[in-house]
Amino acid sequence: MTVEVAGFWALAIVLTGSALAVVLGKNLFHSVLWLALALTGTAGIFLMLEAEFIAGVQILLYAGGVVTVVVFAIVVTERLVGTKLSHTSRNLFGGALAATAFAFGVITWISRTPLPVGRVDMHGDVTRAIGTAVLTRYVLPFELVGVLLLVALLAASYFARPED
Amino acid sequence: MGLQAYLILAAVIFSIGLFGVITRRNTVGILLGVELMLNAVNINLVAFSRFNADVSGMVLTVFAICITVAEISIGLALVILLFRTRRTALADHIDWLKG
Repeated sequence: MTVEVAGFWALAIVLTGSALAVVLGKNLFHSVLWLALALTGTAGIFLMLEAEFIAGVQILLYAGGVVTVVVFAIVVTERLVGTKLSHTSRNLFGGALAATAFAFGVITWISRTPLPVGRVDMHGDVTRAIGTAVLTRYVLPFELVGVLLLVALLAASYFARPED
Repeated sequence: MGLQAYLILAAVIFSIGLFGVITRRNTVGILLGVELMLNAVNINLVAFSRFNADVSGMVLTVFAICITVAEISIGLALVILLFRTRRTALADHIDWLKG
């Protein structure tokens, strides 16, 4: 077993385990912390795929930003009502059936499709290539994402404004 | 590891997220499930990008991450607003449009 295979399996187990803890846990706060572990594990997967820039973005925005915002939201809402948020599940059987059927279907599809076996070497600096692509071929979506983020920021602060 | 392994891992994570979205009663819990699903899609995009030596997948991943951040901020603002007006965070209680 090479280092790469061992690393992949370790990351896969961490990722699947923490994802299961996110959806099955009884405590909402613990679910968020497990989500942080799952997102960091995904960053590890990105590192294994030699996408260092994406891994950095993942850690900064997801594991840093999103988790902080969710924790803040939970603390704020719990202070508003003064009780702990209930965090229960329902439809467990139906959900498990739907999710298993979906996973089975997709995995069957993947195993039937011919896929490239080996990696093709990317020449040069991948981060530089991403930057060039963002500012040439994908410049319009890039600008639109900027507008989207501005609108989302304004809308979120409007929704969450203090009551007057 | 081949491309297949990464795709299967992403499919498993996506299904776990789908399970969370279906079964959770709390809106914040549902949002966490959506996060897992989006995360699985990003794994797919980066894996395809790497195995085809095409940088487009990574660019799309950056866009997907940005849109996820916008989505979670709006979603949580709505949850806080919902708490103020209805004192609940359970998705089943949001039935104003039911006749």
